[in-house]
Amino acid sequence: MTVKLEQQVIPLNGDEAVALAVKQSDVDVVAAYPITPQTIIVEKFSEYVANGEVDTEFVCVESEHSALAASLTASLTGARAFTATASAGLALMHEMVYVTAGCRAPVVMAVTNRALSAPINIHCDHSDAMAERDSGWIQIWAENAQETYDSIIQAFRIAEHKDLLTPVMINLDGFFLSHTLENVKVLPDEEVKKFVRTREFPQVTDTEGKQVPFKLDPNNPLTLGPLDLPDYYFEHKRQQEEAMHVAPKIIKEVHDEYALLTGRSYGNAFVDAYRMEDAEIATVCLGSAAGTTKTVVDYLRSQGVKAGVLRIRTFRPTPVEDIIKCLEGVKAIAVMDRSNSVGADGGPLFHEIRHVLYGTRSHPPVVNYIYGLGGRDMPQKTIHSIYKDLYEIASTGKVKHFVQFAGVRD
Amino acid sequence: MVTIKELAEKPELFTSGHRACAGCGPAIALRYIMKALRGPTIVTEATGCMEVVSTIYPYTSWKVPWVHTAFETAAANASGIEAAVKALKRKNRLKYEHVDVIALAGDGGTYDIGIQALSGAAERGHDFLYVLYDNEGYMNTGIQRSGGTPYGASTTTSPAGTVIPGKTEYKKPIAEIMLAHEIPYVATASIGYWTDVITKVQKGLEAEGPAFLHLFAPCPRGWRSDTAKTVEIARLAVETCMFPLWEAVDGECNLSPQSKAIALKPDRKKPVADYLKMQRRFSHLFAPKFQHVVDEIQTDVDKRWDRLLKKCNVSSPAKTHD
Amino acid sequence: MTQQPKSWKEISPAGVCWKPATDYHTGDWRTFKPVKDPAKCTKCLLCHMVCPDSAIKYNKQTQDVEFDYDYCKGCGICANECAAKAIKMVKEGGE
Repeated sequence: MTVKLEQQVIPLNGDEAVALAVKQSDVDVVAAYPITPQTIIVEKFSEYVANGEVDTEFVCVESEHSALAASLTASLTGARAFTATASAGLALMHEMVYVTAGCRAPVVMAVTNRALSAPINIHCDHSDAMAERDSGWIQIWAENAQETYDSIIQAFRIAEHKDLLTPVMINLDGFFLSHTLENVKVLPDEEVKKFVRTREFPQVTDTEGKQVPFKLDPNNPLTLGPLDLPDYYFEHKRQQEEAMHVAPKIIKEVHDEYALLTGRSYGNAFVDAYRMEDAEIATVCLGSAAGTTKTVVDYLRSQGVKAGVLRIRTFRPTPVEDIIKCLEGVKAIAVMDRSNSVGADGGPLFHEIRHVLYGTRSHPPVVNYIYGLGGRDMPQKTIHSIYKDLYEIASTGKVKHFVQFAGVRD
Repeated sequence: MVTIKELAEKPELFTSGHRACAGCGPAIALRYIMKALRGPTIVTEATGCMEVVSTIYPYTSWKVPWVHTAFETAAANASGIEAAVKALKRKNRLKYEHVDVIALAGDGGTYDIGIQALSGAAERGHDFLYVLYDNEGYMNTGIQRSGGTPYGASTTTSPAGTVIPGKTEYKKPIAEIMLAHEIPYVATASIGYWTDVITKVQKGLEAEGPAFLHLFAPCPRGWRSDTAKTVEIARLAVETCMFPLWEAVDGECNLSPQSKAIALKPDRKKPVADYLKMQRRFSHLFAPKFQHVVDEIQTDVDKRWDRLLKKCNVSSPAKTHD
Repeated sequence: MTQQPKSWKEISPAGVCWKPATDYHTGDWRTFKPVKDPAKCTKCLLCHMVCPDSAIKYNKQTQDVEFDYDYCKGCGICANECAAKAIKMVKEGGE
């Protein structure tokens, strides 16, 4: 793809990439509380503010719960709002994560995925974002700092789309992405500003039957966040589900428009299928582990093994069709979960992939490896042994263990 | 000062049709606050009686832009709205010269679960007015005790039993806590005196930075008092010095006229028993076993009153009789 | 509520309220209703101020104080506060 746009290459870690993307995206309000490994985002952004490089109201709130509450109400007042957190901070925000989605506020949040306590652990793990998967937020998972930068910019367009009005969570692996330096291609400021556009507001009905913009405006007073009795709560939740049905079209549109502008795309926006066309054995995963896995896949391919890896980029809404299309013909599948659903016979991604494949005619065997909890390294050799297990399952048709913990000391 | 006729002609921004109990003090409080607005205003409210009774979907009593998010977030909400207004104004995307931001919360959403957000917002210096409508209990969820429930009151989580006479802790001095935050405006007011309420709301809106108004608003349901006596009880709280009226502009404390009158003529100060006997949440204190609690309440009220007089630099002549 | 509740397709998202509370008449809650003695009323408007339900209105044309019985819950605050003792609380259904 020939791209005319001049893009500078800057060494940035994932957190710095987020801060830069936010800086360029004409964000009005950032309300955030520091937590490792997101701290570089807020620190970098504070520098921009102190040097007059952004025209953003930066609110150093006193907790994550207030961070999302303030971002939410700023968004409802008509501002473009952003926040970032991880782990315990996201858990503390949990109530407000649901409220934000229920209020249909287009807040964008970066989560540097880190393990939930206890014991307290500051390293990479997906338990924080997994605990929010039912909340009604769109979830996009990045493989590297470049994708993080690109996805934050896309997120504002996605969230604010007047047919969507759904908050977007961009996930980047704590430390592995947040703190690791990468060469990131960045766009000129004006191009990002042009891409994200100024915020538009859909029309809603007020108490006089008038159609007015959906925001807190003294000229057109609206009441937001009411009490729902059993006669209406269900309908409002159904509306949120409907937004998730509308989301794929918008996510793809924004992704493709960005790809045209920059020359960078990530699979089809929903899944990043690596060497999956004729794969006989494959793993499924989220985030940075996909990068390591791709290296293992390349090695296996060089040995004549038909291996592939399916990285889920858009986790919510679940890309059902794409998962079926990519995995239907595979002979043995291992889902790698960087979090566990304790006591549920496997991790959350495993459950979801199995659910999606349940009705398919081929009904391939799907096994689960819980890995990397609390920042435990996931080296190539562990991934290689997973593919060895898959090879055996594909050959013999038998599964010895459906759920295993890869990399724990027994 | 605007006349009562002018106020009466103003359109109601907190309208009839809300589902508050008959005789609700906080509903009166909200009406006074809405009558004091000076221009474009955005209101945010914490979960509680007033939020629930006024916004049962699809109905709303509010004719100003209004948002509710959660129980502990009134001040955090206000911070977000204020930041948004500032940012949009700077970027020339706001069509107003100024927008007032008001955070409303009950004692539930302020003393206890909401205090973190309130303290944070005060420390950050956001330009907003926080009004605490204090009915001294978590009334919306069934009259449970809060940090604002007074000593000796019977609530569903501090009931008057055979062994324990109601709440055994004193009311948290929330206004003094806010005074210690060194914000531009802190005041106490009571729905027993509407002109004072409206004046103080206006002063709070005018203050540049955080303003805090502690507004006393009796709850006939939770206090088991006569619905017709709500405003009278709100006055009696001031007359007994259980709830004195004062204000602090940039930290300088002054007694408000109604409390000043008592300071200058101590004979006007009524005994706390007059106030307590009007509410059945205190009726257990009139049994001989718990009579001493009334004395403890009186002693505490007197002590706090003397302390307030010193803080406001008012010397009170001695009482001519008891 | 007598109207049939709407479907999820018919309402705005995010629970934006679309009915004024004034559509909901709380007047049928009361047991006692306030009755004004026009001879005693000084039109001081204190009753208008103290009513929790804004159910006492000042009519600019007639310059008179009027009770709005659609919303009055019969709490009796107006009668208790009236300096002229011009308001009496009378049992509903029996004058």
